[in-house]
Amino acid sequence: MEDEEELFVPEFALSASEDEQEDDDSEHKHQKLLEAISSLDGKKRRKLAERTEASLQVSEFGISAEGAGEKISLSDLIEPIKQTNNLSKVKKQLNKLKDQKSVELPLNNDETQKIQRAISYKNASEEVAKWDQVVKQNRKAEQLVFPLTDETLKPAPIEDKVAGWKPYTPLEMEIFNILHKNKQPITDPLLTPLEEESLKAMSLEEAMLRRADLKKARALQSYYEAKARREKKIKSKKYHKLLKKGKQKEAIKEFEELRKTNPEAALEELEKLDKARMEERMSLKHQNSGKWAKSKAIMAKYDHESRRAMQEQLQRNKELTKKIKVLSESEESEKEDETVPDFVNDAQVNSDGPNPWMTGKLRKDAKDSGSQEEEEKLEADVETKTEDQENDEEEEESEDEVLLKEFEDKRRLRKQEEKQQSNNGNKREATTDMAEDEKQLSQFNVLFQKLVEQNRKEEQQNKQKQAAEPEEPLEADSDEEVLRPAEDAPLLIESLERKQSLEAVDALGQEEEEIEDPVTQPKKKKSAKQTVQRTSEKQAKKSELIDHNDVLPVKAQKVRTPLLPTTMEEEEEEEEEEDDDDAAQKMIIQEAFAGDDVISDFLNEKNKAVEAGKPKDINLVLPGWGEWGGTDLTVSNKKRSRFIIRAPPAPPRKDQHLPNVIISEKRNVMAAAHQIHELPFPYNNRKHFESSIRAPVGKTWNTEKTVHKLTSPKVITKKGHIIEPITEDVFQKHAKAKKTDMDLNKPKHNKPKQDEKNSRKRQFRQR
Amino acid sequence: MDCKRPFQRQMRLEENKVEAAMNQAARHDLLLPEESGFLEGDEGEDTCTITQHDIVDVVDITSASKHFNLFLNQFGPYRINYSRNGRNLLLAGQRGHIASLDWHTKKLGCEMNVMETVNDVRWLHTNAMFAVAQRKWLYLYDSLGVELHCIKKFNDVLRMEFLPYHFLLATCSATSFLQYLDISVGKEVAAICCKSGRLGVMCQNPYNAIIHLGHHNGTVSLWSPSVKEPLVKMLCHRGGVRSLSVDKTGMYMATSGLDRKLTIFDLRTYKPLTSFGVPLGATTLCHSQKGLLAAATGNIVQVYKDTHITAPKSPYMCLSVKAPIHGLQFCPYEDVLGIGHGGGFTSMIVPGAGEANFDGLECNPYESKKQRQEWEVKALLEKIQPELITLDPTQLGEVDAITMEQKRKEQVERLGFDPYEKTRFAPRRKLKGRSSTGNILKRKKKVAHEEKREEIKKSVAVREKEQKESKASAANQSSQTALGRFKK
Repeated sequence: MEDEEELFVPEFALSASEDEQEDDDSEHKHQKLLEAISSLDGKKRRKLAERTEASLQVSEFGISAEGAGEKISLSDLIEPIKQTNNLSKVKKQLNKLKDQKSVELPLNNDETQKIQRAISYKNASEEVAKWDQVVKQNRKAEQLVFPLTDETLKPAPIEDKVAGWKPYTPLEMEIFNILHKNKQPITDPLLTPLEEESLKAMSLEEAMLRRADLKKARALQSYYEAKARREKKIKSKKYHKLLKKGKQKEAIKEFEELRKTNPEAALEELEKLDKARMEERMSLKHQNSGKWAKSKAIMAKYDHESRRAMQEQLQRNKELTKKIKVLSESEESEKEDETVPDFVNDAQVNSDGPNPWMTGKLRKDAKDSGSQEEEEKLEADVETKTEDQENDEEEEESEDEVLLKEFEDKRRLRKQEEKQQSNNGNKREATTDMAEDEKQLSQFNVLFQKLVEQNRKEEQQNKQKQAAEPEEPLEADSDEEVLRPAEDAPLLIESLERKQSLEAVDALGQEEEEIEDPVTQPKKKKSAKQTVQRTSEKQAKKSELIDHNDVLPVKAQKVRTPLLPTTMEEEEEEEEEEDDDDAAQKMIIQEAFAGDDVISDFLNEKNKAVEAGKPKDINLVLPGWGEWGGTDLTVSNKKRSRFIIRAPPAPPRKDQHLPNVIISEKRNVMAAAHQIHELPFPYNNRKHFESSIRAPVGKTWNTEKTVHKLTSPKVITKKGHIIEPITEDVFQKHAKAKKTDMDLNKPKHNKPKQDEKNSRKRQFRQR
Repeated sequence: MDCKRPFQRQMRLEENKVEAAMNQAARHDLLLPEESGFLEGDEGEDTCTITQHDIVDVVDITSASKHFNLFLNQFGPYRINYSRNGRNLLLAGQRGHIASLDWHTKKLGCEMNVMETVNDVRWLHTNAMFAVAQRKWLYLYDSLGVELHCIKKFNDVLRMEFLPYHFLLATCSATSFLQYLDISVGKEVAAICCKSGRLGVMCQNPYNAIIHLGHHNGTVSLWSPSVKEPLVKMLCHRGGVRSLSVDKTGMYMATSGLDRKLTIFDLRTYKPLTSFGVPLGATTLCHSQKGLLAAATGNIVQVYKDTHITAPKSPYMCLSVKAPIHGLQFCPYEDVLGIGHGGGFTSMIVPGAGEANFDGLECNPYESKKQRQEWEVKALLEKIQPELITLDPTQLGEVDAITMEQKRKEQVERLGFDPYEKTRFAPRRKLKGRSSTGNILKRKKKVAHEEKREEIKKSVAVREKEQKESKASAANQSSQTALGRFKK
């Protein structure tokens, strides 16, 4: 009861105003009285307050809920005090309170824990991240030896040893005395006074001066470089021409001087010139074959100046290729030079310029002369080369007369040389029987000369014919070549079309052995025209056709032996009785006959194997469907093409370019069963895996040391050692290791400088 | 970089190791005790004119004793075979005489007459056993001449080859059968009918244990026991093939045919390298360990050098014996060529023929009985299965691509997608010339290495932040003047 009263009193007192209080008091007292009486009967009963107005909230204590939803603000509390004057202190305090904001509610448990977790995770990860480097290093290491913190023995610094050491024996004493005489310091710094002095030798000023000098020099160099670069960029041709000429003149002058003063150096210069000549001969830069020269050649007819320019160029070529006579060369070397046939050079000339006359000749030569190996080779070379040129060069029928003259001159010169060579060669032939090679060469030269002369005549004829006749496209295919009459038309006519495949050229050498004289085969001649018409078809087929000569291509050469088998000797005796030629002929026929059907048999077999290996088409044609049915009715092509499923072409056979070989395409299943067909884990590339197991590991193939290295385990634990968990000492170790690495990586010339610095520091310390 | 791609790093390390191993092995050649060399004539002198007597007069006594003749003209022509270590020699006369001897000491192991035609004879893995191809069956004898087996499955054998690492005895017969006998278990491994008549020419390729057979139609076929058809068939001569030999490296094959030619083929490309006519043609060919080629022509033996480089103009060495030659073999690890002929046996000195340095663990000419027994056990443990005889012996080190692909296909079918496929970035097609090749490339480049770029960006950001912080701290330190602390 009392509690209730106490509760109510202040509220009442605060909420009501004083004026109305006196009236209400009596009422209140009355109410109280009533309540007291009602509670007399023992039962605790509470009577709800009477409500005077409508309101949503009803207080359980029977208080009217006037303004219940609103918050009580501090100003409301203070307001009654405003009138009173004596409570100024409290007022102030309360005013202060009004300005201050209220304390926020503490976060609920989940939130706080979440934040704490985040923070602790961050800390922990930072802590752990410290170890990353160490872990990585250990993972990377090829081998780990546990325990990791094993202290290796290190050599102790000498000073420590020396400090506690005293000389005992007389020898030691003596050495000590000497050391002391030299004032060799035993302790840090280890510099003798002499060394110190030498360190002092260069003063700071001096060093600065020197540095400045160097700086200046570097700057000058850079200026010069810039200038050179600028000059190099100048595009004016005239400027460069002048520059070149000036340089040439200077060089000549210098050379003259050198010859007078220092003949040896002059000789060296001469060698340089010789080298230039060689280069010119190799590149044939000034042979009127360049782009510029060609354009000039077109203009040459009408323009004097361009003609002159061309001549100049040719002159320059002559100058450069002219041999410089040097007296010191011995006669022997000259002779050697002569033995080398000049046709090598000829071929080079051909290879460079568009020179249909020369190439045409060479080809015919080879043909007429029969089967000379070297000639064939040469021919093949020339053909391939000219063929290359066909594409990018057009025929130049009307070349300048000047050019012609030049070429004629050159050829004449060469011929003369050849004559000399051949003569020399013949002489030597008589004297020595050992030099077979030389013999061959000389023979070749004689032949070559004859042919050159012949061809000059032919050439003239050809020219006339060419002028008269329009050009026919000629087949360069080897078969057709044979058919072509030797007299008419040049053998090579240049056009943009590609007439010969490389394979055909290769085959040519072998085929020409067989066919000795093209003129003796008139029958084939007739068919030539027909074949010309369907060239493309034939060429396509050509690759499939295999010549019998291709199958066993190697030419055998007899071996000379000092001893002959007894049966052979008898044979030879018999042979001597007969005519030698006949016997040889017989042998050849025998050999040829023996092989004939062997080859064709083999080719048949190969064809069969190839056919068998090809994937088969699937035929789904049903006769009678969608068509008339009955006997003797052919299925239409349309239907056939629709219902035959073409098999994909087989992969190229391994022996497709080897006519004399059949390589089985069958898979060796038994061996394949032992092979790996799934890549093990870290590999995802076949090649990587194969290369990783490629090398043998065993002792049979490797040295002892490498076997040890290749098979060493990744982790080694020492017996009887406790493996402690890793501690933070490792960081220091790593840091140290890194530092040393850095030192090692630094360029070496820096090191002495550092040492100097250190020693200087030490000096200062001493002072 | 290394940490990012540990696999690449590991691969590189492995590669380095292999290279180092190779270098080490090459450097160890310096430690070999012996040097090899060849006969060199004086100026203008041809080495083939140097006779055996000249050599015997000059060399030391032990070497001189390596030239000798055995006169056995009764049971003539002789086939011969040296054991793998070159210590023991087996002689087999066509008329049944068989003898084995230690040819260094000339101590006879056994001697007998089998009273039958003997076609060929061959040592097995050690000098304790040898196989003899007699008129009808194949027989095995031990070192004392006691008959161990008569193998009736192998009939009419004409020639034999022993494959030492596979413990296989390969025989070819007059009935056109090529048979393989595993002598470690005594089982026939394979019998292949070659369907090409009488097989009288045979040799093995020591590099890959492939058997080469020569046929009457000029072809040479290569066989492995696991494949029933010839691996390779090549036409070598216009006439029948008379003899074959493959050198130690397995790169060059020498063939001689009825067309009296001797041709060297490159077995890597199957192309002929050189060819030269030999008087009468070569009946027997043999390669030495150092690549010399011996050819028997009638009663003359000719030894050629560097035949695979150029066709020789004259032989390296020559020797005439009394009767036609039937068997020819270079003795391993010795500069000796053994010649079996109608008049017996001749041992010819050929300088530079044999390997000067032998591997004692592989083939030891001076091995004791105990060592031989140990070696036998080891060799049996390391025996290679006959299925592994392939044309390319490194095939085992390769992944079986066909099976792998097949498996992958099946997996894709099962899963419905390719788990290994990487989706490649395909730039969208744009109009107005913005899809030019250059532009496409640029766009692809933008996308490439995206992961890497992101990481780089991150690391750069971290570094910048650190720099900033360090700068700020430096600035702070500089601002700490005496009165700085009173600043608000």
